[in-house]
Amino acid sequence: MNVMSDPNASRKGWLSLLAGSRAADVARCWAALDMAPAYTTLRSPEIGGVMVRGRAGAIGAPFNLGEMTVTRASIKLADGTVGHGYVQGRSKDHALQAALVDALMQTEAADAVETTLLTPLRDAITARKTDRAAKAAATKVDFFTMVRGED
Amino acid sequence: MQSQVLEGGFVDLPVDASYAFRAVMTAMARPGDIAFVGGAQPPAPMSVSAGVVLLTLCDPETPIHLAASHDTPQVRDWITFHTGAPLVAAGDAMFALGSWQALPLPDFSIGTAQYPDRSATLIVESAQLSNTGATLRGPGIKDQALLSLPEIRLFQTNATLFPLGLDFFFTCGDRLAALPRTTRVG
Repeated sequence: MNVMSDPNASRKGWLSLLAGSRAADVARCWAALDMAPAYTTLRSPEIGGVMVRGRAGAIGAPFNLGEMTVTRASIKLADGTVGHGYVQGRSKDHALQAALVDALMQTEAADAVETTLLTPLRDAITARKTDRAAKAAATKVDFFTMVRGED
Repeated sequence: MQSQVLEGGFVDLPVDASYAFRAVMTAMARPGDIAFVGGAQPPAPMSVSAGVVLLTLCDPETPIHLAASHDTPQVRDWITFHTGAPLVAAGDAMFALGSWQALPLPDFSIGTAQYPDRSATLIVESAQLSNTGATLRGPGIKDQALLSLPEIRLFQTNATLFPLGLDFFFTCGDRLAALPRTTRVG
């Protein structure tokens, strides 16, 4: 991600992290954060579907990979900061917490949220990825052909 | 995006939308009846009732045309955020919003013989709305009803096109009335 060219890169980063994290992890970290900011709901959490598109090798023609369920919410804090949350799955609390975190990350509370909530989530995702990669690596099979000496 | 355009949607979405849909449906079923609606706070120059109609009937599959009188960045952003409806030229629109003078009436789709439902519904913002003026007769009206219409000739022509034709909502503040293509104006 190029931070120099995209002014929203950091925001995209934490929104992507919140979207991909598990609802239970976000709920646990949100409880650990122990913040109850006053807010008004701009868009109450709603569940919908989006079409995920992909490209073979990142350069091929785009194709529809499949639909996935997404929950979204938008809130406004008492000081007027607006936060949006789009998360995978059907957890309305997850979407609301993502929107609150998005708003809080634009305020002075950003550092506290970063250390108490975003860092553990990032670690959890990294751990999950490494775990899965390790499991996959254990099943790796190397195919090779013996030199047959015909040439 | 400014936070003003993000506000003003239905607060209690399922309940507010149900009341609004009932009011909009009853208004269309009983031409000339004036219904009171609420729950939306759209940006000026849009009226509350026009906002309620758009929130209730529009979604990403219903293209909207904004006439010059209502084509402001705030209105565009508000409609996009709250309904997700695409904003298009008059010929492609299923809904249109504007004042009577600003709406390009000949450009709107009146449907086809195979698909009369592919016609536009116009939301006409009116300075005043009352049960005076033009006489309405037809389905949904017992004997006759009165409604303050901006003109009469055009609605008479529209009724002769049946089953094709345009449908109209007239909005003013928190009140709305409807005039479907089946109503005979005279």
